[in-house]
Amino acid sequence: MELWFTENHTENVRFSIKIKRHLVSEQSEFQKIDILESEEFGRILVLDGYLMLTEKDEYIYHEMITHVPMSVNPAIKKILVIGAGDGGTVRELCRFKSVEHIDMVEIDRRVVELCREFIPKTACSLDDPRVHIYYEDGLKFVRGAENAYDLIIVDSTDPFGPGEGLFTREFYGNCYKALTDEGILVNQHESTFYKEYAQAMKRAHARIKTFFPIALVYQAHIPTYPSGHWLFGFASKKFHPVEDQNAEWWLAQNLKTGYYNRFVHSGCFALPNNVRDVLRETKPAT
Amino acid sequence: MKLDQSRAPLYEAMTEHRQNRVVPFDVPGHKGGRGNKKLTDFLGEQCLKNDVNSMKPLDNLCHPVSVIKQAQELCADAFGAKNAFFIVNGATGAVQAMVMSACKAGDKIILPRNVHRSAINALVVCGAVPVYVDPGVNSELGIPLGMSAEDVSRAIEENPDAKAVLINNPTYYGICSDVKTIVKTAHEHGMLALCDEAHGTHFYFGENLPVSGMAAGADMAAVSVHKTGGSLTQSAVLLMGEGVNADYVRQVINLTQTTSASYLLMVSLDLARQNLAQNGAEFYEKTARFADYARREINAIGGYYAFGEELCNGRDVFAFDKTKLSIHTRAIGLAGIEVYDILRDEYGIQIEFGDIGNILAIITGGDRALEIERLVSALYEIKRLYGRNPAGLYDHEYIDPIVELPPQKAFYAEQETLPIDKTAGRVCSEFVMCYPPGIPILAPGERITKDILDYIKFAKEKGCNVTGCRDMRVEYLQVVK
Repeated sequence: MELWFTENHTENVRFSIKIKRHLVSEQSEFQKIDILESEEFGRILVLDGYLMLTEKDEYIYHEMITHVPMSVNPAIKKILVIGAGDGGTVRELCRFKSVEHIDMVEIDRRVVELCREFIPKTACSLDDPRVHIYYEDGLKFVRGAENAYDLIIVDSTDPFGPGEGLFTREFYGNCYKALTDEGILVNQHESTFYKEYAQAMKRAHARIKTFFPIALVYQAHIPTYPSGHWLFGFASKKFHPVEDQNAEWWLAQNLKTGYYNRFVHSGCFALPNNVRDVLRETKPAT
Repeated sequence: MKLDQSRAPLYEAMTEHRQNRVVPFDVPGHKGGRGNKKLTDFLGEQCLKNDVNSMKPLDNLCHPVSVIKQAQELCADAFGAKNAFFIVNGATGAVQAMVMSACKAGDKIILPRNVHRSAINALVVCGAVPVYVDPGVNSELGIPLGMSAEDVSRAIEENPDAKAVLINNPTYYGICSDVKTIVKTAHEHGMLALCDEAHGTHFYFGENLPVSGMAAGADMAAVSVHKTGGSLTQSAVLLMGEGVNADYVRQVINLTQTTSASYLLMVSLDLARQNLAQNGAEFYEKTARFADYARREINAIGGYYAFGEELCNGRDVFAFDKTKLSIHTRAIGLAGIEVYDILRDEYGIQIEFGDIGNILAIITGGDRALEIERLVSALYEIKRLYGRNPAGLYDHEYIDPIVELPPQKAFYAEQETLPIDKTAGRVCSEFVMCYPPGIPILAPGERITKDILDYIKFAKEKGCNVTGCRDMRVEYLQVVK
């Protein structure tokens, strides 16, 4: 017998991975959580039927959502991470000795608990003394913060389901207020290849642009995400991600990475026309 | 409740009818959707197949003898009424049926001036004469309140020939009068007590909520089940107590109600009643929890005032409906209508209404926590980005009317059309209101004052949807010659 996990990337496109074992299947208060074990990709986290990470390629996403902003401002000390219940983003941030304090806000406690048990590869740094975990709504948490963080990372699910509040204008406005004058906001930004994701990406980008003087998009190649090509948003009050890149400082940290390096850093902001064209269509909107 | 509330007779009959695959050589002409493909794709095949006409197995709303009658009996039982009628023209239809059953031309009816336009419309149609009781006004919030029992008592003594008293239970903002005492006084003087419960469906099923009209002994109540009870838009029920001849009321309803009542609307009432009877307490407990949480969080922002049960004073705020999320916005320097527009245009959040000083968000157990967070966060952002000094904002919602003629007389009087700024001092012969909330600023027969004209001008400037006039741009008014 063969067991396959299939995700619908669009109504007409499917992506399948052969599964060895179904480790977890649980309906939490917020979503359906599945953890699978596969031959090719190791363990896989699936929320509401959407693939969130695989052990084989998670490093690409987690390095790119963290090392890019960290290399732009080495003075980042206090960080807010929203979502990221699998722990991968926090793991990467904890590798930087300069980081003093990380608040992680995840709405679904069960995601964290199950990842601790079944995906230690990403959840391994959640007990670092610098990490403080809050199980609440990200939108609510950030509302109460003012001039408090050097970096906010929004490591959310897609803009439908529990993560939808994290793609709204009110959320980005609250983030702006929660950041210091040197603050940077990085978020997972969907992709442009398929129409549904492109819509979400355009809306998110337009909303971020209304608040931040610097708002750019960068890319990475993530084999298990729809189209394999994924985008991140870099928004900042002061720093330009390429002009202010501090490659020497990053090299001095002596961190081994699988995807990120100083050349990828400047290169990832060079976008292909199919992304540039979509971004050009974005108008200030709601 | 004495009957088996798990039953839904109309729903059951419609299900059976569909399964019988009866060949339709009757209306509607779309024939189960086949005659209008685009509409069927849009609404769904199931919906079009259920859009049927009255027939023997499915009864007839104008003359209910079988499944509609049974569904109405279950409804009456669930709401604690003697009789109930399904209404397919909204609570507007139910309010008009109440007024027209209670009053004939020339009869007096005692009512607060902050009634919905549907009540005064009924007076235009049937020729009854209003005796207005001034609602109290909360000057800080600028909103009209309920009627105090003493004021109603005085109006009753001064007008012993009045036929009925109409009570808002609650107002749009969630404010209730002392319904029990008012009903008692009305009955002692041989008058009927009528409740406009367009915003009060939940009073019949939730716990720790203000008293419902039927529980307070009222004779009739118009309940907009679609508003907070879960049926389809435009469906409502008219409830009747012991002292009302339901067969006469049915005749009055049939004067104006369609003879082709929508089965989609009626079955939605049947299923909403079944659901509320079984799960209503839990649903409204969740509603109240959401609303309480939102009130706390919004009041913590500062500037906004999400008001609640602390307004209760035993008089014109006898009780407050805590499921209503009414928010006073003036202190952040924005008119309610401005916050209402910003929420929709900038944040993709549609709320129920914004008037000069307040906004109202409808909360039900059908909401999700994440949406409540979005509303609170958006209000926070609006204050941060758009807040300004409140100086210069108009500060009241309610102006005491000067009634010169009964509504029907004024509406049909010899009249002329004048530019609005030339009308001060004249008697208006039409309605002017912001919609929503639909409470007339001017009703037919009322004297136009400078204060009222200033209010209309301000409401137009701020973007309120001013309605009711013959001139849709509200640059001219109809006045009595």
